[in-house]
Amino acid sequence: MNWTKHDLIDLQSLSKEEIELILETAKSLREVSTRDIKKVPALRGKTVAMLFFEPSTRTRTSFELAAKRLSADTLNISPGGSSFSKGESILDTAKNIQAMNVDMIVVRHSSAGTPKILADALEPAIINAGDGCREHPTQALLDMFTIKEKLGKIEGMKVGIVGDILHSRVARSNIWGLTKLGARVTLCGPSTLMPMDIKKTGVQITYDVEDVVRDSDVIMLLRLQNERMTEKFLPSVREFAKKFGINKDRLKRAKKDVIIMHPGPTNRGVEISGDVADGEQSVILEQVTNGIAIRMAVLYLLLGAKDRERKPTTKQKGTKHVLTT
Amino acid sequence: MTNPASKIMDQDIVRRALMRIAHEILENGSGIEELCLIGIRTRGAVLAERLKGCILQIEKKTVPVGILDITLYRDDLSTISTKPILHETLIDFDITGKDIVLVDDVLYTGRTIRSALDALVDFGRPSKIQLAVLIDRGHRELPIRADYVGKNIPTSVHQNVQVRLKETDGVDDEVVIEDRAGPS
Repeated sequence: MNWTKHDLIDLQSLSKEEIELILETAKSLREVSTRDIKKVPALRGKTVAMLFFEPSTRTRTSFELAAKRLSADTLNISPGGSSFSKGESILDTAKNIQAMNVDMIVVRHSSAGTPKILADALEPAIINAGDGCREHPTQALLDMFTIKEKLGKIEGMKVGIVGDILHSRVARSNIWGLTKLGARVTLCGPSTLMPMDIKKTGVQITYDVEDVVRDSDVIMLLRLQNERMTEKFLPSVREFAKKFGINKDRLKRAKKDVIIMHPGPTNRGVEISGDVADGEQSVILEQVTNGIAIRMAVLYLLLGAKDRERKPTTKQKGTKHVLTT
Repeated sequence: MTNPASKIMDQDIVRRALMRIAHEILENGSGIEELCLIGIRTRGAVLAERLKGCILQIEKKTVPVGILDITLYRDDLSTISTKPILHETLIDFDITGKDIVLVDDVLYTGRTIRSALDALVDFGRPSKIQLAVLIDRGHRELPIRADYVGKNIPTSVHQNVQVRLKETDGVDDEVVIEDRAGPS
């Protein structure tokens, strides 16, 4: 199968075959990062702009390294040091970046739908690096890559996702991706942090973490996203840690070869204890390593495909310039 | 051409050609110790494996074999609209100081070999790189030549040279020249 999409906005709109193509491509690209000379000329002369309106360590560095290992040039734009602080809208900023002949824009924003707005209005390929609580496609892709590598396959695997599901774009992307690839996903967390309609996606829900621990082949933990909590969702962090946190004791009742995943940043002692995060079953750092291969694969597949059908060239009339930071 | 497809090599001819190339590699080389074979995906990788078998038969020694995928080094990546499928490069030995024989099925424009040379120097600094191909069909676009050739075949640019091997194509080995479909 051939890649035809111009942008990577979400996993909701990708087919099973497209997801598998990204995973296969990543598998071939992983080897580049193990060489002495960690660079291949595939994207020589291309420019990737990183437009991050929310804090990021892993994702931004990972995209940057991925682009550099493919020989693309990168530039970073963050709200602090740019014209956002002067009141410019995102779309205007992005159009200015486009006017400098950038080939691709990696964007993260606290508002769901921002990448889609940019993709509809601009020529460069847009990659979503997280939009609000909606999706974080490359994180889910690297999670699936890691599961496939560790367990051999995804189909039929039982994946438990535990924690703040409501505010988690990682959870949503993983739900779309994992269910498309035939995994059985169970969500677990406080009822206040469980999205209302999420069952429609074909997942199971439990409020008892012991169910997840006992049955899962993969346990994926999520931190509490306090920065997105506009009201009180929990009596206390301590209660959450006690009821839902995974520690060594709890893990004794899990399958022997269970793997523990976490998209980071981890809050040790809350959703995951230190000894589990550093334990034998943890694949958290492998997720980070695999992230570069996944992002290389996405850049490789998207970049340089300018002449595809897409993108209304006429100016978008209805687009409101409301997305300021 | 009255005959749209003509078979120019069969299983036996391919086998003999590879055996002869193996002998030539051993004669020319500075010793089997530093020798290694690197096959270019997909059919070059199969041919490299077979050459390794021939060398084992002659010298009773195994030489390391690597597989190279040159996709990331292609010179047309930014101009073609759909990206070619990537496959893994598997070279699990250090190539620095080695005598490398690069193996491919058909030598045509030379652009694949150019990509392969670029790829190889990213892995290390071999003391020598040579090229072995099953078919040399001419029409070079770059100053590249093969050191070992199974068969030289004069072709027109309107023809396809199709190499089919048991491992990759599921049929008995054969090399076929076909007229390209469509108006010329």
